[in-house]
Amino acid sequence: MKLKGPDLFVPLGAVAAAMLVFGVFCAALGVNPLGVYASLWKAGFGSWYSWQNTLVRASPLLLCGLCTALPARAGIIVIGNEGAVVVGGLGAITAGLSTAQMPSLVSLTFMVLAAMLCGGLWIAFSVALQHYRGVSAVISGLLLNYLAIALMNQLIEGPLRDPSSFNSPATFPLPLDHRLGFFSGTHVHHGLLFGVIGCLVAWFLVERTTFGFSMKVAGGNVRTAKLVGLPVGRLVVMAGFLGGACAGIAGMVEVAAVHGRGNESLNAGYGYTGILVAFLARQSPLGVMLFSVLVGGLVAGSGMLQRAHDLPDATITVLEGTLFLFILLSDTVYGRLKIPGGKANAVAA
Amino acid sequence: MSVTRRQLLAAMAGSPLLAAEHAQDPLVIGFIYNGPKNDLGYNQSHAEGKATLRKFPWVKAVEEASVPETVAAGESMRDMIYQDGAKVVFATSFGHFDPFTVDIARENPSVQFFHCGGLYDEKKHPKNIGIYFGFIDEVEYLSGMLAGMSTRTGKLGFVAAKPIPQVLRNINSFTLGARSVNPRVTTKVVFTGDWVLPVREAEASSSLVDQGIDVLTGHTGSPRVIVQTAERRGVFGCGYQFDQSSMAPRGFLTGAQWAWGTVYQRVAQMARDGLSVTNGTIPRRLTGTLKDEFCKLSPYGPSVSQTARERIAAAKAGILNGSLGIYRGPVRDNQGKVQIAAGTTLNVADVELDRMDYLVEGVEGSAR
Repeated sequence: MKLKGPDLFVPLGAVAAAMLVFGVFCAALGVNPLGVYASLWKAGFGSWYSWQNTLVRASPLLLCGLCTALPARAGIIVIGNEGAVVVGGLGAITAGLSTAQMPSLVSLTFMVLAAMLCGGLWIAFSVALQHYRGVSAVISGLLLNYLAIALMNQLIEGPLRDPSSFNSPATFPLPLDHRLGFFSGTHVHHGLLFGVIGCLVAWFLVERTTFGFSMKVAGGNVRTAKLVGLPVGRLVVMAGFLGGACAGIAGMVEVAAVHGRGNESLNAGYGYTGILVAFLARQSPLGVMLFSVLVGGLVAGSGMLQRAHDLPDATITVLEGTLFLFILLSDTVYGRLKIPGGKANAVAA
Repeated sequence: MSVTRRQLLAAMAGSPLLAAEHAQDPLVIGFIYNGPKNDLGYNQSHAEGKATLRKFPWVKAVEEASVPETVAAGESMRDMIYQDGAKVVFATSFGHFDPFTVDIARENPSVQFFHCGGLYDEKKHPKNIGIYFGFIDEVEYLSGMLAGMSTRTGKLGFVAAKPIPQVLRNINSFTLGARSVNPRVTTKVVFTGDWVLPVREAEASSSLVDQGIDVLTGHTGSPRVIVQTAERRGVFGCGYQFDQSSMAPRGFLTGAQWAWGTVYQRVAQMARDGLSVTNGTIPRRLTGTLKDEFCKLSPYGPSVSQTARERIAAAKAGILNGSLGIYRGPVRDNQGKVQIAAGTTLNVADVELDRMDYLVEGVEGSAR
C-alpha cells in the first residue's frame, strides 16, 4: 500500500510533540527527560531482549487497534473494544472447555471461531444501534463494556467457576496442549501471529477488495453510498462485526496463550489502549501494526521509569494521554495551518 | 615464576579485601504490586514493607506498581532480573502467581521468588518459589470488639469486595469480636463485586449509614473511601489493609493492617546469609499471625476511651498467650447451622478456615 505522506508525518509529528511535552512533565517532577527517553528506548527497543518485551505487549494491541480502525473506515467510531475482548475471551474459554476432548488444533479453531463470533456480534450490535436506531456507538460501546465486565464476573464467579479457585475466581484451566505456545527461543507467544495476520488481512480487505471500497464510500458519505445503491446498513454492521471479531481474538489469545483459563484479567485495559493505537494509525491497518509496536514499546519501558527514575506508576498513562490529545489535535489542526507540504493534502485530512 | 589466574584467585579468596568488596555488591530485591503504591490499602501496605528494607544498606530494593495480572507481571519480573540483577523477587498480588511467577521462576532457577498467598503445588511448581501470607483474623476480631463497644445502634456495616474465603473470614472474625463484647450486635454486609470500585464503595457505605449503621468497615483493595464516608456521615470507621486514620480524624476507631516489613526483612537477611528456598533453608511457607507481627492494629482514634483500650489490650494479651481463641465453638452460621462444633477451637492457621463459605450468626447478608 502507498503510505500517503500525512498518514506518517501527522502521527509521527504528534508523537514527537507528545514526547516533548512529556519531557517537560518529567523535568517538572525533577527527572532528567533525556535520561527518561534513553530508558524508554533501552527498555523498549534497545536490544533483542527488549524487542521481545515490546512484541509481547504489542500483540493484543494489534487486534484491539483493528476493532476501532475497521469500523472507522465505514464511518463509525467504536470504543467498545474492551467489552469485545472480554466477551471474546469468554466465548473462547467456553468453546475451549467444551472441546477439551478433541485434538488440540480442532479445539483451538473452535476457540477462535467462538471468540470472533462473540466479539463480532458484540460490536455489530453497538454499530447496528447507531445505524438503525440513532444511538451513538460511542455511548453504547462504552456502556456495553460495563455489561461485558458484569457478565464476565457473573459467569466466572457462577456457572463457569472452577470450585477449587477459592480466592481468585477463575474457570477450569484448558488442557496444557490446547494452549498457544511460544516462538522457539523467545518469550513471545504465538498470539502475535493472529495480530499480524489480522492486520494484513484487514489491509487487503480495506485496500484491495470491492467490499473494502464500498465500506469506505459508506463511511465517506452515506448519501452517495445510498445513491449508488450500496447496502449501507449491512456494510457498517459488517465492518463492526469484523472489528469486534478481531478484539474477540485478542480475548482468545489472552485465554489460550497467557492465562490458560478465563479470569477477571480479561479486563486488562488492552481495549482502551487499542483505541489510542487506531487513532495514532489514522485507522489504517498497516498503521495499526506500526503503532502497536510503538505503544507496546512505550508500555514495555514503563517499568524502567519506575525502577530507574523513581517516577510514579501513572507516568506511562500520562504519556499515553498526552499522545492521544496530540493525535486528536493534529488531525484537527492539520490542513488548517499552512505547513509546507500540508496544503496539497488538506482535503484528505 | 608465574602465578596462574586460578592461583591468584585462590590466594585472594581468603583475603578480607575481597570479602569487603563482595559485601558491597548490593542484594537486589524486586517487588511488584498490582495497584498504585499510595492507595492507602493493600498495595501501600506492601510498599511500606519494602520501604523498611532501607535500614539494610546492603539491600537495593526496586519496585513496580500498577503491574496488572497479565503478561506485564512476567515481563516486569524478568526485567528486574535481567536489567537490575535481582536475586529475590516478591510478587504481591494473588493473580501474579499462576502462570507468571511460576513461568519466570522456572526460567530463572538461580533467582528466588516469593509470592503472597499463592497456592503452591510441589508437583507442578518449581522449587525456587516460596509462599508467604498472614492471618489477620485475630486483628479483625480486636477491631470488631472496639466496634462492638462503640456502637450505639448495635448495627455495624461491612462493605466487602467479593464473597471469597479471605473476605468471609474477616467479616466473620470482625463480627465475632463485636458480639464477644455485645451479643446483640449485628453486621450488615454489602458486596460490591470487585476490589477497586470507589464509587460503589461510597454508595454502599452511605446507604448502610441510612439504615442506621454507626460503625463502618470493609474489605476491598483499599477501604479508604469507606472510612472517609463514615467520617463524612458522622459515624465511626474501622480500617483495613493499611492505616486509614488520616481519612477520619474524628471518627476513626482502629483497624487491621498488614506489617509485611517483618517478612521482607526476614527473607532479605536469610538470602544474604546464603539461605535459599530452593534447598529448603528458607521455609517454603512463611506464614504468621498477630503474634508473629505479620499484622497489627492501627493506631486508635481520639474517641477511643481508656477503658476500651484496656479491654482490647487484655484480649490481645489473651490471643498472644493462647488463652483466647477467636474461632471457638459453637459457631453457628446465619442459617442456624453449626459450623464449628462446641468444644472445638480452630487455630487461625487451620486449613479448614481457608474454605470458609458461610457468614456467622449476627451477619446480615449472603455468602453467595
